[in-house]
Amino acid sequence: MSERRPRSALYELTRARVIEFLREPEAVFWVFAFPVLMALALGVAFRSERTEESLVGVLQGPAAADTTRALSARPGLRVRELGPEEADKALRNGTISLLVVPGPPPAYRFDPTRPESRLARLVADAALQAAAGRADPLQPREETVKTPGSRYIDWLLPGLLGMNIMGTGMWSVGFSVVVARSRKLLKRLMATPMARGSYLASHLLGRLTFLVLEVSTLLVFGRLVFGVRTAGSLLAVAGLCLLGALCFSGIGLLVAARPRTIEGVSGLMNVVMLPMWLLSGVFFSSAHFPAAAQPFIRALPLTALNEALRAVMLEGQGLLGIATQVAVLVAWGGVAFVVALKIFRWR
Amino acid sequence: MEAGGAAVRCRGLVKRYDDVTAVDGLDLEVRGGECFGLLGPNGAGKTTTVEVLEGLIAPDAGDVEVLGLRWGKDDRALRQRLGIQLQETQFSDKLTVEEILRLFRSFYEEGRTVGDVLAMVELEAKRGTWYVKLSGGQKQRLAVACALIGNPDLLFLDEPTTGLDPQSRRQLWDLLQRYREQGGTVVITTHYMEEAETLCDRVAVVDKGKVIALGTPRELIRSLGAEHVVEFALGEGAEAPAEALLRGLPGVRDVRLENGHWRLIASEIHLTVPGLLDALGSRRDALVSLATHTATLEDVFMSLTGRRLRDE
Repeated sequence: MSERRPRSALYELTRARVIEFLREPEAVFWVFAFPVLMALALGVAFRSERTEESLVGVLQGPAAADTTRALSARPGLRVRELGPEEADKALRNGTISLLVVPGPPPAYRFDPTRPESRLARLVADAALQAAAGRADPLQPREETVKTPGSRYIDWLLPGLLGMNIMGTGMWSVGFSVVVARSRKLLKRLMATPMARGSYLASHLLGRLTFLVLEVSTLLVFGRLVFGVRTAGSLLAVAGLCLLGALCFSGIGLLVAARPRTIEGVSGLMNVVMLPMWLLSGVFFSSAHFPAAAQPFIRALPLTALNEALRAVMLEGQGLLGIATQVAVLVAWGGVAFVVALKIFRWR
Repeated sequence: MEAGGAAVRCRGLVKRYDDVTAVDGLDLEVRGGECFGLLGPNGAGKTTTVEVLEGLIAPDAGDVEVLGLRWGKDDRALRQRLGIQLQETQFSDKLTVEEILRLFRSFYEEGRTVGDVLAMVELEAKRGTWYVKLSGGQKQRLAVACALIGNPDLLFLDEPTTGLDPQSRRQLWDLLQRYREQGGTVVITTHYMEEAETLCDRVAVVDKGKVIALGTPRELIRSLGAEHVVEFALGEGAEAPAEALLRGLPGVRDVRLENGHWRLIASEIHLTVPGLLDALGSRRDALVSLATHTATLEDVFMSLTGRRLRDE
């Protein structure tokens, strides 16, 4: 029987990595399907075609009918009359953002820490004031923005891309290294003439193979379903994805350098990734966090990757505009890789 | 390697783990072309010894030379010439037998083809099967195949048949026989005496990190002074016979008592057994067991240490 001659160790190791990955249906789901489903769900939930209405309740009573009429005349409000008990309950569980107790003078019952309640109060107040005869001194012109590039989905997609590059990079490298260690396969490989560098490099190369598929899946999906376009050059996006993937593979290698068990490495992975999911501006802008925390947040690799991706995809920045973020990624990846090599447990 | 030259030479090997001394001043010499067995119970230091010889563990003291080369100096060259099977290695579940072998082949500059090795270990039919779907015996033969793929001069096997059924064990023995016919040297650890007796030209009996006996299986058995063993036990409460009396029985060379079981090393059982029954006299009724067998390496180990090779 004729058989394919084995090629270099690096080629065969990388090939084995890719084959193993493709034979793991769960892994394929998390890498490819999950981010697409997430983009779909969030894109639909926050779609910008229809403005969200404020939900307002009116407490039943003698003047309720007039108040309801005044409020209903105003666009952007959805109004319903409620009994006292019902009203309390609705306010508590968020099915109304504001309760209007008809006056005169009317009273507004709401939680000022909730942005949607503050918004409902402003709109309802304007409606009631107008109905009571207040004339607006200014008549501003409204310019609504609906062009692709400034919607939530446009902002979200680079974040999802960054999050996915982080997750896949760390898991695919870290997990397979620790599995090989726990199965004593690393030790067995050490007993062959295989160069250690080839083994580590095969993980990076295997990672890059999936990266191409993973990034294009998400970008093509965003383009076809939501019309998300990239303002800057696709080459810059590709370069950033590559850099991000290498950076997080290095961090994954570092996290996996010592643990002997899957449980051990999973815990460490979560410790490393969870802060970045929350802080690095995947789903909401990291500007929400206090100013004192900003230098720390901006030094995180996922923040750097997300900021750089958004700068290129949304603002059309070139490489010069994202030099700081690129430097952060290079530093994280380089340091992690070197330290990982130093402390790596081969047995 | 010149024929008959030493494939492995080690002197004064010491390896400590925390407060346990796993290997305690061990000396070995394995000749080129022979099958050399390290026989001993679990925890005797066999695996540690072999892993030092394989260059996977650095010894605390001692001198090791493998194929005339030294670890720390000639590692690359040495690794090209060694075939190693470790205890408990598990390959990737979802790679096929062929893919695993091709991967291992890629590490060696020269070696056998995947097809050759598959034929040697009789796994051709499993060529395209995922590792996870192999039986225990097939996995073990694949581990040996991975050790053979670089066409090694020296093959290290660490308890390759532990946990295998008799048929799988026999298949592995046959394949080692084929490797040896091609001139290869084998170092094998085992705690199965029949494995050592069947496979090995010479055996080192290892206990507590030291070699306590060395020779061909036949020499070791002959060192007992006789070729037969008579074992018997008396029921509870029965008065034990005097050891001097047993030693005086015809044909008896040595007497040992272990957990209420008497063991007589004897040269002529047709004289010893009737003599024993006479000597027991009325206590004969209290006999709960009486058995004889041809002496094995297990008996050698027991007469050296007073313990059995295996716990069961």
